[in-house]
Amino acid sequence: MIKRLATFVWTIVLVTPLFALQPPPGQTEFRPMTEVPPSEQLPAAPLVITAYAFFLVAVLFYVWTIWRRLNKVEADIRALERTAKRTAP
Amino acid sequence: MMRKLFPVLLAINAVLFVAALIFINRVPPESSMGLVQKIFYFHVPSWIAMYLGIAICGVGSIWYLATGRPQADRAAVAGGELAVLFGLVGLVTGPLWARKAWGVWWQWDARLTTALLLWLTFVAYLTVRKYGGPGSEKLAAAVGLFGTAVAPFVYFSVNIWRTVHPLTTVMPELPNSAPEMVPPMLASIFSFLVLFVVLLMARLELGRRQADVDELYLAYEDRTA
Repeated sequence: MIKRLATFVWTIVLVTPLFALQPPPGQTEFRPMTEVPPSEQLPAAPLVITAYAFFLVAVLFYVWTIWRRLNKVEADIRALERTAKRTAP
Repeated sequence: MMRKLFPVLLAINAVLFVAALIFINRVPPESSMGLVQKIFYFHVPSWIAMYLGIAICGVGSIWYLATGRPQADRAAVAGGELAVLFGLVGLVTGPLWARKAWGVWWQWDARLTTALLLWLTFVAYLTVRKYGGPGSEKLAAAVGLFGTAVAPFVYFSVNIWRTVHPLTTVMPELPNSAPEMVPPMLASIFSFLVLFVVLLMARLELGRRQADVDELYLAYEDRTA
């Protein structure tokens, strides 16, 4: 009796880990959900902030290019006026 | 004169934008899109400004082809540059909205594809104008005219073809469907239009000054020849 009980206990002890180490069964089908949980959703705030920031950067860059081109043109005008005065008959 | 006025006008415009942002912050998000819908308050006005730039470029191009007046060419170039600037803002803010709303950055559907091609047309216009050499003004004007003729098809593409993009009826329906969204949208559109006018004035001034330099060079060369 004791021998049978010991065999049973040892069988449980040895066999249980084998089942415990088995990977879970593979997914057999996809089931759609009606609503994505909040933890899975893409946050909107970084996208909104990026959009507004890009607009600001693009406009500031364009203003800077106009400013730079105006400075260059005015430097050209001053240089030409100086040359014209120097070479005036 | 313009050099002194330009920073003042920009500062006034910055105040307008801050006011628009306060309006945008206070308005509730849209029910199906959520917070990301707030990109529309900058996305729609940027396309309005782009179409305005295209209109100026088109009128300037026709005017230049008909009369050959240099100020017409300068107006067309200024309009073309602003169309590219505001079009770029529209092309970047759109995908940022689409990533959340559609789950993808870009869709090759009729509206998005034609909008990209329209923007590339005006990039081509500026490229021809800058690197085309002497006499490229007429060729550039033809490109500008082509882009202007294409623009209405881009605007109405959402009604003509099946597309994932919101329809043109969304904006006219806004006072009925979401009246609380009208003040921020109008404030944003007004800020963009003021910015457009300020940048157009600055770009026209730059064109005038560049023409002055060219005249001075020619006068100097004539004298030394």
